[in-house]
Amino acid sequence: MKARYIVPLVGFLALVGLFMIGLGLDPREVPSPLIDKPAPQFSLPDLHDESKSVSTEDLKKHKVSLFNVWASWCAACRQEHPLLVELARQGVVPIYGLNYKDKRGDAINWLNRLGDPYTASAFDENGRVGIDWGVYGVPETFVVDSKGMIRYKQIGPVTEEALQETILPLIEKIKTEEG
Amino acid sequence: MKLFVQLAAVLMLSGWGAPSVAGINPFEFDSPEQEQRFKKLSAELRCLVCQNQNLADSDADLAVDLKNEIFSMLREGKSDAEIIDFMVARYGDFVLYRPPVKPTTYMLWVGPFILFVLGAVVLVMFVRRRNRDVLESGELSSDERRRLEGLLREQHDAAGGKRKRNK
Repeated sequence: MKARYIVPLVGFLALVGLFMIGLGLDPREVPSPLIDKPAPQFSLPDLHDESKSVSTEDLKKHKVSLFNVWASWCAACRQEHPLLVELARQGVVPIYGLNYKDKRGDAINWLNRLGDPYTASAFDENGRVGIDWGVYGVPETFVVDSKGMIRYKQIGPVTEEALQETILPLIEKIKTEEG
Repeated sequence: MKLFVQLAAVLMLSGWGAPSVAGINPFEFDSPEQEQRFKKLSAELRCLVCQNQNLADSDADLAVDLKNEIFSMLREGKSDAEIIDFMVARYGDFVLYRPPVKPTTYMLWVGPFILFVLGAVVLVMFVRRRNRDVLESGELSSDERRRLEGLLREQHDAAGGKRKRNK
C-alpha cells in the first residue's frame, strides 16, 4: 500500500484510540490537590450531641480512618450506605462522617432508619468545612492516616469495586506501614 | 371572589417581585472597584458542579457558597492572588479557566500550536506534490495521446452524426 493510504489510516486509528481512552474517563472526577497533603483542620459540633465536637485530631487517633462526606438529601449516599454499614460492622476501619449542608433532624432520622456506621459525624451546616476539603459533590470519601495525611479520595459513592480494588488494599498497606 | 382576586393581586405585587430582585444582587460591595474584582474573579473560576460554567454564571449550591467565600475574602482585604490560591489549594488547577503553564499542562498550552504546524506542513507537502504532478503531466505519453485522439474522434463523430440527423 502506498503512504498516501497508510498515513490517513494511521491518523484515523490514532484518533479512535484517543477517543476510546477519552470515553473511559469520567470528566466529573477532578483530581484533588489534597492527596498526600495534611487533612484540613476543622472542629465542628457532633451531629448527635451539640456539646461534643469532632475534629481533625479525632482522625489522627487511628492508624487509618475513612472520612465520608454525606447528607440525607443525597441520593448517591443512600447507594453507598449499606457498604459503609457493613464495613463498620466488620470493624475494618473507623468511619468518620461529615454531614454536609444538612438539617440536623433529617440527618439523625436518616441514620436511625438506615443504620449509623459512623464513629462520629461532624455537623457541617453551612458547608464551610466541606469547602476546605475541596468537596464539590456528595458523597466523597477520604482515606486519612495517623499523621493526618490524606492518602486517597473517592469521588462519588463508594462501590464494591472501589472498595475491593483500591480502598481496602490501601487501608491494609497503611496499617502495615504503621506497624 | 372579588376579595380573592384582590388578595391574589396583593400577593403577586408584594411577594413575586421582591425575592427575584434580591436574588440578582445579594452582595453589597464597599466600592465599585471591589465589585469589579469580584466579577473578574468569579468569571475566571470554574464551577465544579456544572463544569462548563464559571462561578459568576452558576447558581449551583456550591457556586453560591464559593461566591460568598470570595466576597468575604475581598472584604477581609485579601488580594486576588490569595483568593485564587485559596481555590487552587482546595480544588486544583481545574478551577482556573486559565490554567498555569507547568509540566502537566504543557500539552494543553503547546498542543494547538503543534497541531497547527503539523497541519501547515501537510498542506504545503500536499500543494507541492499536486503542482509537481500537474507539471509532469504536461507531456502526454504515447498511450495517453492515442486515448485522447480516440475520445476526440468519438465526440466529433457523435456531434457530426447528430447534425446530419437534424438536417
